Amino acid sequence: MGVMEIAKGMGITLSKLFQKPVTICYPEQPAQLKARFRGRHVLTRHPGTGLEKCIGCSLCAAACPAYAIYVEAAENDPKSPHSPGERYASVYEINMLRCIFCGMCEEACPTGAIVLGNEFELADYRYGDFVYGKEDMMVGTQGSKLQRREARTSGKPVVMGFEVSVREELEGVKYAPDRRVSDGESNRASNPANPESAGRKA
Amino acid sequence: MPELLDLFTKDVQELENEGFLFTTLEKLLSWGRANSLWPATFGLACCAIEMMSSTDGRNDLARFGSEVFRASPRQADVMIVAGRLSKKMAPVMRRVWEQMPDPKWVISMGACASSGGMFNNYAVVQNVDSVVPVDVFVPGCPPRPEALIYAIMQLQKKVKGQAIDEGLVKLPMVEAWKR
Repeated sequence: MGVMEIAKGMGITLSKLFQKPVTICYPEQPAQLKARFRGRHVLTRHPGTGLEKCIGCSLCAAACPAYAIYVEAAENDPKSPHSPGERYASVYEINMLRCIFCGMCEEACPTGAIVLGNEFELADYRYGDFVYGKEDMMVGTQGSKLQRREARTSGKPVVMGFEVSVREELEGVKYAPDRRVSDGESNRASNPANPESAGRKA
Repeated sequence: MPELLDLFTKDVQELENEGFLFTTLEKLLSWGRANSLWPATFGLACCAIEMMSSTDGRNDLARFGSEVFRASPRQADVMIVAGRLSKKMAPVMRRVWEQMPDPKWVISMGACASSGGMFNNYAVVQNVDSVVPVDVFVPGCPPRPEALIYAIMQLQKKVKGQAIDEGLVKLPMVEAWKR
């Protein structure tokens, strides 16, 4: 008892001093997400034609346990259709505050139109600003409403604080700071029809 | 002459918008407030686990000056309502909020606190905003610790008076004083 024990204890403290810090400095460093993390929804489009996959069937709204989804369907104009089916969703709204990000809408969707993306920076100031419409969730829209508003007012691009390898269901989605995506993959993301046709030729 | 008049009206507008004597002091104050937001513990459900883990070594909320969760509302600046608020708990929460010294802010964390989430029933308050004035809502079920950190960053912007809503209206620094 005495000096040796204290030295032993202090030795442990000292050895921890030289460990690599475990902190992920989130806003400066991107958070590392798993591909299956469920964040803000994305409404996808058909890769070749660019038509919306959503046919306005409201099955997602029926499956939603929190009643967060509202869909209003309308007949497609055959000359300039929005979707390949007879109908399309003229209004598609999700209340992000009601949503519990369970992914049941994705499971229920017969066309794979609604897919849960990876964005989690959704905080905002007003309750009414949380109803995300079609234009807020369509493929190609980057960031939450607050992030896009800040980008608009400051003139800077939307910067998202995470890195993820985008899963297949999120067709055409490319998150901006994704530095790990190789060239081939990013090509497929921007033009998903190409590799398929190339594969057929080979 | 018209130029002079313009200058004069500009001055008057500046006075009306920012005040005169205490503008710089106000900036300094808000800077200090924004960088030492001490939360009151108000963990109600599973969101509280994420709230706690946002202060751990990995996420480290201390980088933003808000690591000290105060058990006494007298020492807290911001109340993080983490979890579903039952109607029996609502008066208790109101009382805790009233015991906090001014200026004070509220973060509504998670789907249940912000909107009732999937608990649309007789026992759960459907929006915490009906009990206390909420400054920042955080969607998620529960939100990641990073999402809460993002919300605290937004709250810091609001405390500094840099926040705008979707209608591009500038938000007040302290919502509680408006009520």
